[in-house]
Parts: sequence; C-alpha cells; structure tokens
Amino acid sequence: MLDQTKQLPMGVGVGYKSKHFSNISEGEHPVKWLEIHAENYMGEKGAAGGRPMAQLRALSDRFPISVHGVGLSIGGEGRLDPDHLARLKHLIDEISPASFSEHLAWSTHDTGPHSGYFNDLLPLPYTAKTLARVCDHIDEVQSTLGRQMLLENPASYLAFAESTYGEVEFLRAVVKRTGCGLLLDVNNVFVSANNLRIDAYDYIDAFPHEAVGEIHLGGHDEDQDEDGAPLLIDSHGREVADPVWHLYTYALATAGPKPTLIEWDTDVPEWEVLASEAARAALRLEQVLV
Amino acid sequence: MRQQDFIQAALAPEAPVPTGLITPSGAPATRRFDVYRNNIIVGLKEAIAASYPAVKSLVGDAFFEAMTGDYVRAHPPKTPILPLYGADFAEFIDGFAPASRLPYLADVARLEYALRQSYHAEDTCPVPAAEFSDPLLFTRQVVLAPTLIWLASAYPVTKLRRFALDGDRPSGGAEDVLITRPGYDPIATAFPPGTIAVLDALRDGMALANAAELAPSDLDLSQFLGTLLKGGAIIDILEGDHDD
Repeated sequence: MLDQTKQLPMGVGVGYKSKHFSNISEGEHPVKWLEIHAENYMGEKGAAGGRPMAQLRALSDRFPISVHGVGLSIGGEGRLDPDHLARLKHLIDEISPASFSEHLAWSTHDTGPHSGYFNDLLPLPYTAKTLARVCDHIDEVQSTLGRQMLLENPASYLAFAESTYGEVEFLRAVVKRTGCGLLLDVNNVFVSANNLRIDAYDYIDAFPHEAVGEIHLGGHDEDQDEDGAPLLIDSHGREVADPVWHLYTYALATAGPKPTLIEWDTDVPEWEVLASEAARAALRLEQVLV
Repeated sequence: MRQQDFIQAALAPEAPVPTGLITPSGAPATRRFDVYRNNIIVGLKEAIAASYPAVKSLVGDAFFEAMTGDYVRAHPPKTPILPLYGADFAEFIDGFAPASRLPYLADVARLEYALRQSYHAEDTCPVPAAEFSDPLLFTRQVVLAPTLIWLASAYPVTKLRRFALDGDRPSGGAEDVLITRPGYDPIATAFPPGTIAVLDALRDGMALANAAELAPSDLDLSQFLGTLLKGGAIIDILEGDHDD
C-alpha cells in the first residue's frame, strides 16, 4: 500500500525562494507551508550541501514542506532516469515532506543527437499508448518512494492531432490506474482554456476533485497567437490575474477547501508582495472552510 | 510525433513545426511551438548567466547572449540539476573563436564553476585545527573535503574575476587557486604556480609532510595550511603511518 497518510495542512503555502528565508523564519505571515523545487536540492556526486540544504533543513523543522519535481520527465518516451529517481528518493527520505508532486509533461530526451534535459515542461499527446507509459512511470515513482504522488495538469499552448483523450479524461484514467493524486493548477487551466479555446469552468466541473491534494495559483503573461488572438504564457512572474482568482473561487466552491500554493518563480518580488498574494488566497480558502 | 522530432525542431529556430502539432482550428501551431523554443533556450541561458556573472561582465550582455545561445543549443544539461549546469562551459569558451581575443576568459569560467560546485558541495565535518599540533599527523594520509577545489591558470584569474565583478584593476601573472568553503560561502585564494601539485598529491594519498616537499619554493606553507584548515578542507586523518 502507498503511504497516503501525509498531507499538506489546509492553508496557503508559497514557493520558497532563498531571498525570503529570514522573512519566512522570523515574521508573522499567512503562510502555513512551503514548496521547493526538488532539483535545487540535489547533488551530482554525493548529496547536496551548503547553505541551500541548511536553510531547507531549518525550514522543514518549522513548516510542512511540499517537494515539487520539475525534472522526472513523467511523460517522456524513454524510461525514467534511475539516477535521478535515486536522488529524489534521497531528498524525500531526508526531508520527509508532507507532499511530493510532479508534472504531466516531459523534459528529458535520452537518445539520439539531441539528448539532455531541456528545462521546460513539454507537452504530450493523450492516447492509449501515452496513458500506459505515464502510468508505468508513476507506478515506478510511487513504488520507489513508497508514497503517493500528485500529478499536475499542464499549461498547454498547442494541441496534438493524434490525441484521443481529453485532458481531464486522461488524468482521471491515470488516477484510476495508479492511485496517484492530482495537483490542480488553476492558472494552468485558465491558460490552457484560453489557448486551446475550451471552457475553463467546464474543465473545473469535470475535474476529479476527490483526487486533488493541492491547488496551484500563479501569474501568466499575454502574447499573441498565429491569428493575433491572445496566447497566454504560464510565466510565474507576476500577481495572479483576476479571472484566475474567479476560477479559483469557483473551484473551491465546487470541490471544497484544498491546500493552495502561490507560485512566483521569475522576477521574484519582495516578501510583502508574495505574502499579500498568500493572504488573498487564504481569505478565499477561509470562506469555504466555515 | 516522436519526442526526438519535437526537440530537434525546438533547438533549430528555422526548422518547420513537427506535423501533428496544431492550433484549435487544426492549423500548424507555429507561434505556439515558438513558446517552447523560447522557454527552453531562455531558461537554459538564464541558468548559465546565474553561474557565470564575471564572464558575462567581461564580455558584455550582447556577446554573452550570443555565446550562451550557441552553448545551450549544443550542450543541453546532462541532468535536471540546473544549479550545476554548465560544467563544460569553460571548454566551450576555449573553442569559441569570437572569444579568442580574451584568452583568460575560459579560466574565469573555470573559477566561477568551481565556486559554484563548492557552494553546493556535500557538508562534511572538518578535522579540528587543534589536532594538527601533533607532528605525527603530518605523516598520515588525509581526506579532503568535497568543498575544496583547485585549479591552475596562466592568468591572474582571481583578480580578473574581482575586476569583472567589482572593477578592481587586475595585475600579476599565473596563479594556482584554492577554493575553500568556511561556513557556507566559498572563497578563492591565489597561490604561486605549482602549488596545486601538493593538493594533487594529497588527493592521491601522499602524507602531508611528503606532499609539502612538492611545493614551489615561493609558497608560504603556513599560509597554505592555514587556508586549508580555516576552510575546513581536511575532513579526516587516516590511522597508521603512511610510507611513500
């Protein structure tokens, strides 16, 4: 059986950035838990050390931690990198986080002239074949780590002609086959819905909320597509947009309260700005808690 | 669509979009595919810029942009550990013709990467300095910390780095450089050329007293040992005399 006992507290977390270490450690704020990117705390030879690990250990004594992977390449064609999985297990064993999550995406390609890690969450078609592969990979992660993982819905910019499943249908099937949980990124839903011309509220209605262990909120940028229509980019570099707050409120009303994270990864602001985004989320969360 | 085709097209700015990637109306997803192209290259370039601020300062923003664009396309990360990406950036600079007028540039890159490696290296427990007062210990093999890194340069590479970051005028010639990490912040200390032969010998198992004989005549041995001890660079002393 997978360990499903650990979970995030019902409150608001933020993506941890080292520049906020003393604000988080010392001040009064609405943040109840922290999320880290797993790959920032890994060593190539031996374990990672130094200030980043020391700060993480200190924070994990005081806050529940969510370990969020960006490099496992769950949606990759090849097998999971056993070295990377071992590094992840080492980190999880050391930190004993409240949650581990990864993405429905791929980022590593390990054959041919262009092999490497490409540092982006790349898209996959939704077919019977990719479903089987994603499930195999999640089974391997969950059995290696001995715990349940959460899988995050991607931000999409394009579609695949070969897809035979809708995204929610695909995610439902993954949950059913692997017993994994889901991370519902509400900003990604909004971005994908705009870019793929689907209805974000229909997506939330159809989502298997009983499997959701965490919600993500973040900022996006606006560009233009081939026809001059808005193309939204999941940039995590600004405040959560107003329509995403509306969609979040709708998701909470539909699904009930969920631990919620504010993600801000580029042009990281002063702590006060991030804390005020967290307070906005906490206010909405409290309204469905009573 | 194979992921191989996706990556190949993503790394080649002029390549056509792989077939089967479409817009909501079924047309080829050209602008949309560019989002991935841009994300991959910009993200990797930012990772290199974060590791190599002195190299960036020495060549200027525009040159650095162009150089790192070539680098990240040809040398994507081998692992997803982005903080350690760019281990072979110095070798790339060595072979990058437009940078040949700055022959010291690759060594500045080597120094910057060594500092980064030391910053992230595994924590270990240094041998307390008091234990070194026993002369017997100089006849024993020592174990060096993963935070200790050394390199040799034909240029005053530590001063060039400081010049790049702080504007101090560089002077002097070749240097051997020791990177140590007292606490959490690595420091680079310059020593006379030939000094790293001592560290190579220690790493290969020679006792401290014998390795010290390999030192260049102008090396201040007590300063050298002080740098190692203050930097927590010796993490174990093995039992038993060691005969070289």
